[in-house]
Amino acid sequence: MHVAVAKLEGVSHKYGATIALDNITIDIPSRCMAGLIGPDGVGKSTLLALIAGVRRIQNGTVYVLGGDMENHSHRMAHQAGIAYMPQGLGRNLYPTLSVFENLDFHGRLFGQGAHERHRRIEELLSATDLASFRDRPAAKLSGGMKQKLSLCCALIHDPDLLILDEPTTGVDPLSRRQFWDLINTIRARRPQMSVIVATAYMDEAQHFDWLAAMDDGKVIATGTTAEILEKAGKGNLEAAFIALLPEEKRAQHQDVVVRPRLESDDSVPAIEAEGLTRRFGDFIAVDHVSFRIGRGEIFGFLGSNGCGKSTTMKMLTGLLPPTSGWAKLFGKTMEADDMETRRNVGYMSQSFSLYGELTVRQNLELHAQLYHLPRGEVGGRIAELLDRFDLASVADIRPEGLPLGIKQRLQLAVAVLHGPAMLILDEPTSGVDPIARDAFWRTLIDLSRDEDVTIFLSTHFMNEAERCDRISLMHAGRVLAIGTPPELVRRREASSLEDAFISYLAEAAGIDGTRTTPQQTLPAPPAAPNPKSRRFDPGRLWACIRRETMELLRDPIRLAFAFAGPLILMIAFGFGISFDVENLRFAAYDQDRTPESRELIEAFASSRYFDERPAIASLDDLDRRFRSGDLQLAIEIPSGFGRDLQSGRTGEIAVWLDGAMPFRAETTKGYVTGLAAQYGKELIGGRPESTTASPVNIETRFRYNQSFKSVNAMVPSVIMLMLILIPAIMSAIAVVREKETGSIANFRSTPMTKLEFLFGKQVPYIAVAMISFALLVILAILLFEVPIKGSFGVLIVGTLAYVAATTGFGQLISTFTRTQVSAVFATAILSIIPAINFSGLLVPVASLSGSARLFGLGFPPAWYQPVSVGAFTKGLGWDELWINLVVLTGFFILFLMVAQLLLRKQEV
Amino acid sequence: MPHDRSTASERYRHAKWSALGTHIANIYRLAIKELRSIRADPIMLILVIYAFTIAVYTVATGASTEADNLTIGVVDEDHSDLSRRLLDAFTPPLFKRATLIQASEIDSQMDEGRLVFVLEIPPAFQSDILAGKEASLQLNVDATAMTQAGNGAVYIQNIVTQEVANFRAGREATMALPVNVVIHAKFNPNLTSSWFTSVMQVINSITLLTVILAGAALIREREQGTVEHLLVMPVVPAEIMLAKVFANGLVVLVAAMLSLVIVVQWWLAVPIAGSLMLFLFGAALYAFTVAALGIMLGTVASTMGQFGLLAIPVLVVMQLLSGSSTPMESMPIWLQYAMQVVSPTPHFVAFSQGVLYRGADLSILWPRLAAIAVIGSAYFAFSLSRFRKVIFGS
Repeated sequence: MHVAVAKLEGVSHKYGATIALDNITIDIPSRCMAGLIGPDGVGKSTLLALIAGVRRIQNGTVYVLGGDMENHSHRMAHQAGIAYMPQGLGRNLYPTLSVFENLDFHGRLFGQGAHERHRRIEELLSATDLASFRDRPAAKLSGGMKQKLSLCCALIHDPDLLILDEPTTGVDPLSRRQFWDLINTIRARRPQMSVIVATAYMDEAQHFDWLAAMDDGKVIATGTTAEILEKAGKGNLEAAFIALLPEEKRAQHQDVVVRPRLESDDSVPAIEAEGLTRRFGDFIAVDHVSFRIGRGEIFGFLGSNGCGKSTTMKMLTGLLPPTSGWAKLFGKTMEADDMETRRNVGYMSQSFSLYGELTVRQNLELHAQLYHLPRGEVGGRIAELLDRFDLASVADIRPEGLPLGIKQRLQLAVAVLHGPAMLILDEPTSGVDPIARDAFWRTLIDLSRDEDVTIFLSTHFMNEAERCDRISLMHAGRVLAIGTPPELVRRREASSLEDAFISYLAEAAGIDGTRTTPQQTLPAPPAAPNPKSRRFDPGRLWACIRRETMELLRDPIRLAFAFAGPLILMIAFGFGISFDVENLRFAAYDQDRTPESRELIEAFASSRYFDERPAIASLDDLDRRFRSGDLQLAIEIPSGFGRDLQSGRTGEIAVWLDGAMPFRAETTKGYVTGLAAQYGKELIGGRPESTTASPVNIETRFRYNQSFKSVNAMVPSVIMLMLILIPAIMSAIAVVREKETGSIANFRSTPMTKLEFLFGKQVPYIAVAMISFALLVILAILLFEVPIKGSFGVLIVGTLAYVAATTGFGQLISTFTRTQVSAVFATAILSIIPAINFSGLLVPVASLSGSARLFGLGFPPAWYQPVSVGAFTKGLGWDELWINLVVLTGFFILFLMVAQLLLRKQEV
Repeated sequence: MPHDRSTASERYRHAKWSALGTHIANIYRLAIKELRSIRADPIMLILVIYAFTIAVYTVATGASTEADNLTIGVVDEDHSDLSRRLLDAFTPPLFKRATLIQASEIDSQMDEGRLVFVLEIPPAFQSDILAGKEASLQLNVDATAMTQAGNGAVYIQNIVTQEVANFRAGREATMALPVNVVIHAKFNPNLTSSWFTSVMQVINSITLLTVILAGAALIREREQGTVEHLLVMPVVPAEIMLAKVFANGLVVLVAAMLSLVIVVQWWLAVPIAGSLMLFLFGAALYAFTVAALGIMLGTVASTMGQFGLLAIPVLVVMQLLSGSSTPMESMPIWLQYAMQVVSPTPHFVAFSQGVLYRGADLSILWPRLAAIAVIGSAYFAFSLSRFRKVIFGS
């Protein structure tokens, strides 16, 4: 054994109150395959994340590649030498990017030139049989291919340390074999590379050089594989591991004994399918599948990922209607509204599909209630299940943070809760440790043999397949073979079920499945010169920009929203929003009925602002019509009005306004005052003895917008609104999406810096916003006929600074939101309110006071609105607007800096 | 674990339930589940609280469309008693203190938006007035300040006329205008704009939060695959959807009522004329309708990101063209009709203004409620028809 590649001293790690790692001290040897084995939730993933430097160290010291991982500069210098593949299928891949593009992105991150990159990519693709899929998007690869691609991405820069977290979980045997072949090839070529793997497959771990067995956050044994077997005194690792466990845990383990099936009445099969076919567009997911499964039978469904197993199961449960063919459960066709048959079926889907936000107990309760278990039995049944599936200790915890194995137990508990006569289980034991798996199987066998429950399940584990009464091998939508396990082994003249399976698969896929050693041992290439990690690398920035742009361009829906959204909104706003108050509904309450009163009413009726309604009959009528919103203005002319005027006295009228909408009422007030003054003037003018009543003449000049039309002010303001709302939301989503899909792991585990990550994500959205801006300007000019009177140059530069600031604002929000929905929600609320209310769109910023003014000026829209309105309507240029441009650029820099400060390179 | 063979399945299967009772029970249980999910998302809750407290308060106190704090500059080339009187006549709260500027500064001050109005008093203004000649003043108005320009110009004209009249009154008998207009504003005597904006902001928050909460709840289930799990159980899609509508509507409704009583009535001291119970009833109907809209959007979009990009334009259009920001009458007629057919918001805005300001009762407002109910049912029916299709990707 060589010197340690990773040295841990007194490492402890906690998540809230849960202890994941408890004072661990181990040395992991270099230049070999080192394995971490142990049940789920014992801290394997945490340990790997600490070694990879993607998680922040809480306690203790972690030395990797000869330096302290707590030391930032050591991490910066050596991150390029570490490759990390997180748990989950293809978690570090970008689903819309092709196989080649995914690899290309990783190559660029490590500063490889085009020639070197292509050479490496070709080499890796040919070694993994992926060459023929180089242009296929990662999302459309099968699970096995995804994992191979993930591995290629991790290997592209010749790492000194390769860290793999359960890389083959959920992968079929053929792909698994190919995966390890690839690693062996690479190791043969670069013996200096160290590999650390966490795995749930003990048969795989048996081939590793060195092992650390973990339990409960502690290491229970370390040593070479032979040493461990010897220490436990067992012949295989699965047994050895169980033997090494502390006494009280070992006691829980019992061997799985498959009892013979009860004699059962098979005249009506539990499940019967005939010619079952399902298409999605051109793709045939399930192709004429037929089988009959008897009551109480355990039927295993095996096949590579994406071969149609899950689709078949969904058709059986009635979730998905078949394109052709039929399936019957207990002799009845599954109908969408057949509630009775549904009570007979328990279903467990492949991925965890219970409520992460409810506790374990609440999940069970919900299901008990939805199946209408009698109220009195619910408590007892749940207690029984908690006990039977060993969930009592986590009963009041939310499953979100629980390890996969426990989640799967919970899912099974839910599936059997209502005592169904049939269970349909889609890969129920994927990622579950041996003890838990055996316990799971004992339960299944009890259900089958004691309660005659039919069990239809899919699995990748060969030892599980051997326990099934019958199995079916599936590939590319077709069933390759059905039979009892010994039958199938005999038919292929194979030594084991696994070999039989691989031979079937390889035949169907047209690959030489017998190859277990590398075809050719490539000469070791000159060690890749790992470029010095720099704080900022234009090549990496370009890689990020390129990738984000490609992802965006492949998402037609996001693109359509980004471009069509603002246009639709602008049309709605331009036509809909207007501060022109017109068509006010008014009526007169004329108690005078003289020529003078009629003349006054006529003066109102002839104004373009007012729309006359039938006269008011009484004060009650007036009151009622205001209450119903029928009137917005009423004129009450008391009797004697005409007489007063005729005799030269001042006539008095009362005007009632609907004050419900103050702005409208205020404007109406202005109209009324003006009309009355006009009417008065005309009256006086008619009198012989008049002198000028008012000698002042006020000439009002409406500047910038002579016709005083709303649209000239609104359209530029709407552009301001659109260019914060849509770009901010899009850039916020861009970052949070990566958190959700897991590809943010690439940012954590590669030398990519925060600036490169953030700015690289920002640039494409700035470009999109600028295109969107161009479309809005065209719309403003052509449709709304609002010309640009001022400097177009200042408008463009100002807009660029503004969208840089608004996309930066989106990123700032993305640093403290975890889900896409909260990112959208937070961005919308936080940007709409200041952009509408405090930016000058409704009220000039100069008129705001106190906190509203600060709120407004502390945000980019208030600085861009003068630019937009200025350049469009006011005819301004650089001289007047340069200060706004400076401030907007300042916002851009500020947001980028704060987002950088808040974004964590390491997980907590 | 021994289990006698006739256990669970037999017993539970035969439990008899009346169909309607089953539906109601399922909806109730799923709604409880929804409420628990909402509680588990602290960021969402913080945003709900923010939208109904701070947002309402700042909008009500900050952005007023009532003309106040108008910015006016005066170019005084007369330097007379009368011109100084005019300068002093522009007083808070309607105006900010008038700034005295030079004629050469007019352009820059108005260009930069520091002043919306500039009054130019020419030389010999006072002597012309005293001589009984007609004197002219020029008032420059920034006509891009749509909410202030029109009303402000009227106020300034009135103030100037008044001041000149008063100035002359000391010297000669003035003649009053022959018609005296007494203006009363019903429902809001001083035309305080916060009375309007606070309540409208509550309505906007109801729309925004309900649509987002309900739609996101559906998308989250689709993304996590839990909705698939529900559909394998004896639960029908309508129950799943109704539970979401009720639970999310309820959360927002409770928050909205608290906001109305605590923030609007108490903190902002806005009087509420009508019946809070009637408003509550209408708001409940409205909240369920917009929750159905959220669900509908959730069946149209397939990921959370798409949902966000779809919901935002829909929400903004609904809010701005509802009559809660600018009067419905100023929109083109076709747009008024279009909005009243596709969106429940104009009806709810009219309903709320009727109840809360005018004290109108059900006999006047029932057509609005009927319209909301019809639109809500249409949303719901549409979502239901899309639901299965979308969930199974076919």
